[in-house]
Amino acid sequence: MKNRLLWPLLALAALLLLNLAVTPSFFALRIQDGHLYGGLVDVLKNGAPTLLIALGMTLVIATRGIDLSVGAVAAIAGAVTCVHIGTSDSTGTALAGMAIALVLCAVLGLWNGFLVAGMGIQPIIATLVLMTAGRGVAMLVTEGQIVTVNNTAYRQVGAGFVVLPVSILISLLVLGLVAFVTRKTALGMLIEAVGVNPEASRLAGVRSRTIIWTVYVFAAVCAGIAGLMISSNVSAADANNAGLWIEMDAILAVVIGGTSLAGGRYSLTGTLIGALIIQTLTTTVYTIGVAPEVTLVFKAVVVIAVCLVQAPKARAALSFRKVAVS
Amino acid sequence: MTALAPRVPTRFLPVLATVALFVLAFGVGSARYDGFASGQVIANLFIDNAFLIVLAAGMTFVILSGGIDLSVGSVVALSTMITASGLKAGWPVPLVIVVVLLTGSTLGLLMGLVIHKFDIQPFIVTLAGMFLARGLCFLISVESVSIKDKTFRAVATAAIELPGGVTITYNVVIALLVVAAAMYVLHRTRFGRSVYAVGGNESSALLMGLPTTRVKVGVYVISGLCSSLAGLLFSLYMLSGYGLHAVGMELDAIAAVVIGGTLLAGGVGYVLGGLAGVLVLGTIQTLISFQGTLSSWWTKIVIGVLLLVFIAVQRTMVRR
Repeated sequence: MKNRLLWPLLALAALLLLNLAVTPSFFALRIQDGHLYGGLVDVLKNGAPTLLIALGMTLVIATRGIDLSVGAVAAIAGAVTCVHIGTSDSTGTALAGMAIALVLCAVLGLWNGFLVAGMGIQPIIATLVLMTAGRGVAMLVTEGQIVTVNNTAYRQVGAGFVVLPVSILISLLVLGLVAFVTRKTALGMLIEAVGVNPEASRLAGVRSRTIIWTVYVFAAVCAGIAGLMISSNVSAADANNAGLWIEMDAILAVVIGGTSLAGGRYSLTGTLIGALIIQTLTTTVYTIGVAPEVTLVFKAVVVIAVCLVQAPKARAALSFRKVAVS
Repeated sequence: MTALAPRVPTRFLPVLATVALFVLAFGVGSARYDGFASGQVIANLFIDNAFLIVLAAGMTFVILSGGIDLSVGSVVALSTMITASGLKAGWPVPLVIVVVLLTGSTLGLLMGLVIHKFDIQPFIVTLAGMFLARGLCFLISVESVSIKDKTFRAVATAAIELPGGVTITYNVVIALLVVAAAMYVLHRTRFGRSVYAVGGNESSALLMGLPTTRVKVGVYVISGLCSSLAGLLFSLYMLSGYGLHAVGMELDAIAAVVIGGTLLAGGVGYVLGGLAGVLVLGTIQTLISFQGTLSSWWTKIVIGVLLLVFIAVQRTMVRR
C-alpha cells in the first residue's frame, strides 16, 4: 500500500517544493482574527470541493463504475438552494434550501443507480445522460440567470471559518466518515468485491445492486455538498459554470491516487493525495506566473506521468528485473 | 416497423429507428411551422453541423473498437488555432492544412500508443489529451484570432447551387466525402473489418491473428485526423481560431454516435448511424429556434432524454 502511494506522494512533495522555491513564504501560516491563513490553507480550501467529489467518485470507481454527472449535480444543488433562499437572510431558509438541494441530489443519485444497477446500462453512458440534461435542468431552475443571494448562514458553508475554513472541515469530516464506515466495517470489502466481479459477488450473497445504488447516491450527495460550497463561496448560483469539468478533476484525482478504473480496489488516502496534487498544480501555475490557461498543459503532463509510472506494463519496461522474470 | 422486421436484418434496426426519429422530428416541425419543410432548412442542417458529422465519423471508429476519445473537441479548437495563427503569420493555405492534419493525427497516434503499449484506460489518456490540446491552444494565443486570408474566406463563403435554389457550402461536400470514405474503410477494407472484430472480442481477434495493435492505435489516428479535419471545417465556419471553441463538442459527438445506434461496448454500429444522430441533434436545435419561446437549455434536456431513450431501447434489443 505504502509503495503504491510513493509516486503520488513524491509528485506532491515536488510540487510543494517548487512552490517553496518560488515563494519562500509558501509554507508560512499566520493567525488573524482567529482564522488560519497561508498558502497551504489556500490549497486545501480551493481543493475542498474537488476532494469531496473525488471521495464519492472513489467508491463509484471501486465498483467498476464512473459518474460523469457530478458537475451537473453540483450545479443543480447550488441553483436549487440559491433560488429557495432568494432575498431572505434567515438561517432557517438557508438550512431548508440546503436540505431540499441535498435530498434532490440523493434522488438524482438514485436515478443514476437505477440506470446502472437496475437497467444494466454502462455507467459512463448512464451518467452521461444526467451530465447533459443536468446542466439544462440547473438552468431551468435559475431560468438562465446567475442567481445571487445575500445570506449570512449560507455564506458560512463555502467562505466561513472555524479556525480553518469550514469547507476544509466538511471535506475532512466526510473523508473520516467514509474511511471509518468502509474500512472498519465490511462495506469497503463488499464494494471491492462488487468491483472485481459483480456477478460472482451476487452469487456469494453480496447484494451487488444495493451496493451500486448506494455508491451512486453517496457520490451525488457529495457532489451536492460540493456544489453548495462552490455556490456559497461566491454567494451565487451559476448554472453554466459551477462545477464545470470538476468531474474530470475528480476522476483524475482518484486515478492519480492509485485507484484503478477497472474497479476492485481503492485508496481513500490516495484520493486525498490526488486531489491535493491537482489543486497544488493549479496553485503552482499561478504562483510561478504562467498564464492560468496553460495549467491544462501541466495537468496533462502530470496525469500522463503519474499514470505511466503506475501502469504495470510501463513499470515492467523500466525495471530489468521484472522483464527478466516475465 | 413490425411489418418491416422480418425483411430488415435486426442489426439495421437501431439506425432505422434513428432515421425514423429524424423524419418524425422533421415532420412535426413541418406541420407546426411555416417554412420549416424547405430544402434550405435541410441544407442548413448539414451546413451548421458539417464539422460534427466528421467528428462523429471518427468517433464511430474509436467506439466500434471498444474505446472512447474525449480529446476531439479540444483537437478541433487546437486546429482552429493553428489555422488562424498560421494564416495570420502568412503561411500558404496548403501548408496550413497539412500542418493541422499532421498535428491531429500525431496527437491521435501518441494517445493510441500510450493506450495500447502501456495498457492505460482510453478514458484517462484521451482526457489528458483533451487537457493538452486545449492548453496548447492557449500557449499559441489566449485571445481569439480572426482569419483574414482571402483564399480561405473565399472557400468559406462560396455557395454551391443545388437544383431547387438550395445552396450548400464546401464544408458539406467535404463532410459527406468523409462519411463515404469512412464507410468504405469500415466495410470494404481489412482494417475496417478488424475494427469490428477487435470491438466484438479483442482476445478472439488476437487469436484469429488479426493485427490488434494496428487496429487499436489506428482508430485513434483516424479519430485525430477526423478531429483536425473537423477543426478545419470549423475554422471555415467560424472564420476564427480560439481556445474556447468547441468546448464540450466531444460529448455532442459521443451523443450523436450513441443515438445513431452504435454500442459503446464496441463491435456494433454504422457510420451512417452517427450521421443520422447528428441530423437528429441538429433538427432538435432547429425546432427549438423555430419555436422561439423555448430557451436554449431545453436543447440539453431533450438531448439527455433522447440519449436515455436510445440506450434503453438498445439495452432491450441486446438482451433479446
